[in-house]
Amino acid sequence: MAHHDAPPTPTDAPPSLRRIALAGNPNVGKTTLFNLLTGLRQKVANYPGVTVERKSGRLTGATPAEIIDLPGTYSLNPKSLDERIAYDMLVGRIEGERPPDLVVCVTDATNLERNLYLASQVMDLGLPTVIALNMMDAAEEAGLDINASALSHALGIPVIPMTAARKKGMEALREALLADPPAPAIRRWTLMSAVASKVHPLTNVLASCVPDLPAPQRFSEVLHTLANDQALAYWADRAPGFHQAVLDARTDLNTRNVPYRQAEVIGRYGWLSPLVAKVVTRRKNAGELSWSDRLDAVLTHRIAGPLLFLVILAVIFQAVFSWATPAMDLIEGVIAGLSGGVRSLLPRGAPTDLLVDGVIAGVGNVLVFLPQILLLFFFLGLMEDTGYMARTAFIMDRIMSKVGLSGGSVVPLLSSFACAIPGIMAARTLANERDRLITIMVAPLMSCSARLPVYTLFIAAFIPAGRLFGFMGYQGLAMFSMYLLGTVMAFVAAWVLKRFVFKGDSSYFAMELPPYRLPQFKHVLWRMVERSKLFVLRAGKIIFLMSIVLWFLASYPKADPPPAMQAQQGTLEARYAVTLDSVATAQGLTVPAFLSLGPVEQALGLIAAGTPDTETELAALRIEYPKRVTGAWAIFEAQQTLDEGLTTIANEKAGYQVRNSFIGMFGRALEPVMRPLGFDWKISAGIVTALAAREVIISALATLYSVGDADETSPLLKDQLKADTYPDGSPVYTPLVAVSLLIFFVFALQCISTLAIARRETNSWRWPAVMWLYMTGLAYLFSFIVYQGGLLLGLG
Amino acid sequence: MTLKDLKPGERGTVIGWIDEVPPVRLLEMGVLPGSVVEVVRFAPLGDPIDLKVRGYHLSIRKHEAEMIRVARA
Repeated sequence: MAHHDAPPTPTDAPPSLRRIALAGNPNVGKTTLFNLLTGLRQKVANYPGVTVERKSGRLTGATPAEIIDLPGTYSLNPKSLDERIAYDMLVGRIEGERPPDLVVCVTDATNLERNLYLASQVMDLGLPTVIALNMMDAAEEAGLDINASALSHALGIPVIPMTAARKKGMEALREALLADPPAPAIRRWTLMSAVASKVHPLTNVLASCVPDLPAPQRFSEVLHTLANDQALAYWADRAPGFHQAVLDARTDLNTRNVPYRQAEVIGRYGWLSPLVAKVVTRRKNAGELSWSDRLDAVLTHRIAGPLLFLVILAVIFQAVFSWATPAMDLIEGVIAGLSGGVRSLLPRGAPTDLLVDGVIAGVGNVLVFLPQILLLFFFLGLMEDTGYMARTAFIMDRIMSKVGLSGGSVVPLLSSFACAIPGIMAARTLANERDRLITIMVAPLMSCSARLPVYTLFIAAFIPAGRLFGFMGYQGLAMFSMYLLGTVMAFVAAWVLKRFVFKGDSSYFAMELPPYRLPQFKHVLWRMVERSKLFVLRAGKIIFLMSIVLWFLASYPKADPPPAMQAQQGTLEARYAVTLDSVATAQGLTVPAFLSLGPVEQALGLIAAGTPDTETELAALRIEYPKRVTGAWAIFEAQQTLDEGLTTIANEKAGYQVRNSFIGMFGRALEPVMRPLGFDWKISAGIVTALAAREVIISALATLYSVGDADETSPLLKDQLKADTYPDGSPVYTPLVAVSLLIFFVFALQCISTLAIARRETNSWRWPAVMWLYMTGLAYLFSFIVYQGGLLLGLG
Repeated sequence: MTLKDLKPGERGTVIGWIDEVPPVRLLEMGVLPGSVVEVVRFAPLGDPIDLKVRGYHLSIRKHEAEMIRVARA
């Protein structure tokens, strides 16, 4: 197993500190309990080499103890990654993690049997165990009377009734945590004899092959290897004798038709069912529906269900776009202000440029995503906490299964319409690793919001403004088509991946629909912050570095502006000096003398302010000092002309610089490859810059065309694009080129952050690389087809 | 008859499987011979099925349900 060979995980707890593990099914309030026990003294990391969260914290209060929140699982039978981690943590198989001194099995009192299944597995490992019988209030409401002491007696371990969400039972639990650990329980369930007769000898074989394995674990280990191929594979190299013995046992059991793979389940439930029946009594009649059930009748109703789902989605999207946009503008404004401020304070030169255009711009590129990401994580957390997330999977599963996915992929994919990063991270809820990987691989095809500025610019500039059938605007249609194209391709890609790459899985889907619960806002907000922090730190680092690299590539090699530009600047400045001189001389003064006159200074200040109040003042001043004010006006207008001229020159210089920089060279080198798609070298260069973040192409194009500060709505940039021609006079951008470029953007993966997060979520560079290759391939292919096809059809 | 044949509101007791055994995960979630299951509803698009089993709601696909033999309760 990968993690066995990974370097040790440093736990910052001293070895003598008591270690308490929390185990339990998903959705039983384990996290709530963990939060209550540790306050905010928590640390979230990853288990070595895997993307499973390792949550640990310190117990609040006088006596220190380390609390580890194990992944929520229904069983310790190591079939899924979560189960493997939970099992390995409990038996001390993970490097640097010693087994816990005490395990608290958090159980949901409203469905004891299934919850006790896991508890019985934990107990079998010989670890001191305590049952935290949670959700007693919900059990009470459901009319269930649970005799906790009888349960404790029947199991052989302490049982502590509680309702963590309402902080009931916490004192009793804390006492139990700090008291002497209870003696490990004796196993009280029976394995069917045909299997038991194999298991007992196998434990002896295991003992002799692996003497270091603690005795209490042998039974469980044998049980797992007998029934679970992955568990058995673990021993193939480590204990070949044992491995073979198990294979022999299986062969024998097979010939006798013994259902050994179900023996554990049958045995455990065989014991638990009657046990629970004795300990739990129902007060109300069985037919009465809980409020959660009644809510489900509406939310999963045949008609109301999907409708409400669409409404909720619409609300979320609207909220994300409308609330995030002002925040994003604010951040952009702050960054711009900061850039300007720093630039004016520091001396001119390369280090300042690096700081402003590289570092600050880089940070800006990261932070500008933050509002959307925070909001998305907030809504995702809300849906998870209330239990609604499971219902979205339930409603959409039928459609998703047609392309080989499951309903669990719906929310991750939909989130990707705003930003693929939260979407990819949301895929963690998928239990099936293959589904999760496929979802991650196709999520970036859902047109994220970063593509929107690009769509907007090119559609507005090149798609005619007419209406199809007098109803749907061509531009709106084009926009919609881009989104549709991405979505359809995502589903096609998913189907292809499922069919040919991650071949045929038993597409089974058993998923719990947890009872609806009121969300705990503190928890939702805390998770939102945690996950967003992850983005800022991981993807952030990479976007930041990439921005600096791109800045470097665009600023070097330093191109001296052609003498003509320098001459232009000289001419402008000279003209200005001449104007000043003629104005001053006409009034019989030198320039400095004229400028220092009181009325002239005052007039210049008023003209510059330009508000209705100052205009009144100015009019009054003009009556008093007509000649001075006229002179001031002439000087002001000359200043304006100079400023505009200097700005134009600055933009041209910037354009010249980029065109002759590494990026420009790269664009020109790339041009032969991109010409078949209709792109010239400037577009090619722009596409390269879009790697940092898609919308960077807008500012890149603005710079390349010497437009200066422009965004996608800038008429200046649009005009420049439309006016651009090749040496032979043919336009660089035709509607066909624009469509080709749009299609390129629909498919191409141009987001370093997505690659970074995909790397993190899949734990290797392989999948991000494949993602980049296939998406770029799709982009090239479809752009090619559209452009060349369009030329053939005479649409060019 | 199989689990797939039950209508919303109907209950059955699991008595075995058709052909192959379903994945162990389904059994660990409590669907094994002797378990009483109740079909609560089908999803809006017809699939999957919302089952009540051992006190909680489990959602499984119809093609999984048709692997499970039940006796009407």
